[in-house]
Amino acid sequence: MTTLPSATGKKLGLVIDLDICVGCHACAVSCKEWNTGGYSAPLSDIDAYGSDPHGTWLNRIHGFEAGDGTGGRTVHFPRSCLHCEEPDCVTVCPTGASYKRSEDGIVLVNPDTCIGCKLCSWACPYGAREYDQSHGVMKKCTLCVDRIYNDNLPEADRVPACVKACPTGARHFGDLGDPDSDVSKVVQEREGYDLLPELGYRPVNKYLPPRMREVDRSHAKPAGERPAQIDAVHAPTAVEKFFGWADRVLSD
Amino acid sequence: MHPAYSVIFFTTSSGAGYGLLFLLAILGALGLLPAERWFGLAGFAIALGLISGGLLSSTFHLGHPERSWRAFSQWRSSWLSREGVLAVFTYVPSGLLAIGWVYFETTSSLWNLMAWLTALSSVATVYSTAMIYASLKTIPQWHNGLVPPVFLILALATGAVLLNFLMLAFGIWQAWAAVIAIAALLAALALKLRYWAFLNTRSREYTVESATGLKQFGKVRHLDPPHTAPNYLNKEMGYAIARRHSERLRRYVLTLCFIAPALLLALNLVLPGMFGLFPAGAAVIASATGVVIERWLLFADAEHVVNLYYGREAI
Repeated sequence: MTTLPSATGKKLGLVIDLDICVGCHACAVSCKEWNTGGYSAPLSDIDAYGSDPHGTWLNRIHGFEAGDGTGGRTVHFPRSCLHCEEPDCVTVCPTGASYKRSEDGIVLVNPDTCIGCKLCSWACPYGAREYDQSHGVMKKCTLCVDRIYNDNLPEADRVPACVKACPTGARHFGDLGDPDSDVSKVVQEREGYDLLPELGYRPVNKYLPPRMREVDRSHAKPAGERPAQIDAVHAPTAVEKFFGWADRVLSD
Repeated sequence: MHPAYSVIFFTTSSGAGYGLLFLLAILGALGLLPAERWFGLAGFAIALGLISGGLLSSTFHLGHPERSWRAFSQWRSSWLSREGVLAVFTYVPSGLLAIGWVYFETTSSLWNLMAWLTALSSVATVYSTAMIYASLKTIPQWHNGLVPPVFLILALATGAVLLNFLMLAFGIWQAWAAVIAIAALLAALALKLRYWAFLNTRSREYTVESATGLKQFGKVRHLDPPHTAPNYLNKEMGYAIARRHSERLRRYVLTLCFIAPALLLALNLVLPGMFGLFPAGAAVIASATGVVIERWLLFADAEHVVNLYYGREAI
């Protein structure tokens, strides 16, 4: 049924901390490893060892640069399904293969009824859905539905594979519908936000912004009040000038 | 957006088919077309053939075409499902209308009701097809009020060009056939020019800053893609080849889809009879080629907001 549940019991989702993500791709690799053998099996790769390797991944890690000069920074940006409360990917599905679970809000695709029309991937602004060329159906993050309720796993492992794999603790999993849950508290504390809120999809997953550094605050001040070492960057020493000159001569 | 050739063929072919079917039904019900066997047979064979060919081709891009019957189930929420249901429903009144027209050579009483039902469901089906695209908030070039009227009027115009040719071929041509087609072509031209003006002037409201939520730090730039070779998203949503030739393609559409057929049909007004078949046939070929380019351009001009995560600054 592609009509949406009026409310979901829980709002299970992820909170991604952009302040401490180091962009190691461990979450993406772990996701691929678990899901190619789990609910979404197979997650096909085409020409994996050739010149044009491509395949289905449910989690992608981008690198962005934000800001300029000393206030600029590199932000590693994991991107996966946000398990939206108003997911157009579900309502556009003509077969009912795409659905949002009323008990916990997880958005899933039934691989047995999906016709592979790709319209859901068109309806998703976040690029969360990737078509599996060899399986002929759409694949997406399942929030590791086959881990989080799995009694065969030790309790500590009943979290999505990406959360379990993250070496810096940049990914949190929990019920974002419960204001007293740890994830809701950290979102409240750190002013977690939605991606593209103006589209109205109401994502459940939240992103925590990079923390402001000392240098960001000083960057905002007039030039005269900047710490000395920042200006020093722009005034090369005699030794640096020498190596700069040597570099130019040797480069010719 | 990547233009899937099966979808381009589907929307243009079934569009022209529904346009012709709509005109046959309305004009038949009003008694302006003769309920004559061979003309009816040719008209319905062409209209239903174009529709069925288009619908069939739309299943070619599916990963699992054998499951396509499932697409009739979600009409409550999905425009694609509604389109499927309406397309199949249209066969009922149009099939009955065709039987009345071809076997009994009548379009009155019960057949008259079927004609109006055929006209109504043809419009509804083309509207649903357009809404599949117009309902996608992720593609601003499609998510606007101009896309459904453009689909509807182009279906009518291409259908009218076909009807003009058919009436000439069966020796039942009347001047209004060319006048209807010219009027529809000019109306389509006006809408399309408005649509292009909208594309040229719309503000790029979605930004990479909003997509990443990093506006507080300043300008955001994409530094590293997550993968070294293009993935499904890049191939499906990142298609930019035709967009670079957008201006030239728009000129082709203007010429082939609107101006050439309108001029050829105007020639029909001064040159009726069997010689009129040449300009009328050329108008069919020009408008068919033109509408295919128009539909290709509609896909190529469309930018999906997911490209904000792959280097586009604003969409």
